Amino acid sequence: MKAEIIITLKEAVRDPQGQAIAKALDRMGFAAISKVRQGKHIEIELNHQDKEQAHHQIQSMCEKFLVNPVIEDYQIVIDSH
Amino acid sequence: MKSAICVFPGSNCDRDIAVALAKRAKHAPLMVWHKDTELPKVDLIILPGGFSYGDYLRTGCMAAHSPIMKEVVARAKAGVWVLGICNGFQILTETGLLPGTLMYNASRKFICREVYVKVERCAPPFTSAYKRGEPQSIYIAHHAGNYQASRDMLARLEDENRIALRYCDAQGKSDMASANPNGSANHIAGIVNVEGNILGMMPHPERNADPALSPSLSGAPLFDSLLAC
Repeated sequence: MKAEIIITLKEAVRDPQGQAIAKALDRMGFAAISKVRQGKHIEIELNHQDKEQAHHQIQSMCEKFLVNPVIEDYQIVIDSH
Repeated sequence: MKSAICVFPGSNCDRDIAVALAKRAKHAPLMVWHKDTELPKVDLIILPGGFSYGDYLRTGCMAAHSPIMKEVVARAKAGVWVLGICNGFQILTETGLLPGTLMYNASRKFICREVYVKVERCAPPFTSAYKRGEPQSIYIAHHAGNYQASRDMLARLEDENRIALRYCDAQGKSDMASANPNGSANHIAGIVNVEGNILGMMPHPERNADPALSPSLSGAPLFDSLLAC
């Protein structure tokens, strides 16, 4: 099965890269952009059969390594097909 | 004083700090490869500046999980002095030895120039040879030096006198945004742990310890402080 992890900066954290993207898009003529936030997307393929077990393992990876809890939030999506 | 410098793939200030230390301390530090799991008995461990692992995932994050770091964390907790400079500071926050994190500079630019910092905590082992509050011109060279922590943690760092270095202007004032090169919370340039044996700092003292590199020798007192202990 495949796990997707979406890592985003916490709402209160300033995102200089997102701001730069917003400025560039504006310069390119894309109108009506009020905000851009940039994050990370990680895909992990697992040999687990059990979805709950996979979720548990991915959560542990996030807490120990993949995510910095000071500034980041994360979401886990497990695709068992 | 015996010291060891941990070298990670992508470290690039390890030689500079070794030369600066050898010159001031009159001894050659040990260079320890990140894959080593044992450290000889040393008084000081240095995590040097650079771009360990190409800053993959987050700055300092990969290095924080290098084999040598288990031993560094154990020694740090046992009271051995640990100095993290630039990428070394980022590694220290990623290991949890120091609180908070270093985000990309607010300007989004890599900054390499001399800025002013003042030493606010003049205490052994790292900063006893500085005069409190005196502005020091010192090099920074980073893309991610924007220190951030929770409001509670920032208050705690202030209350516990753990902000070792603060960005300031040439007069030593930190009340202007213009005296903050990277957007750091509370103008923080360096912090220590509760016990004071671990210092993380974004400025590069090794670049300001030899007149051939800069007329400002503002990094030298840091080495002198360590030697005086």
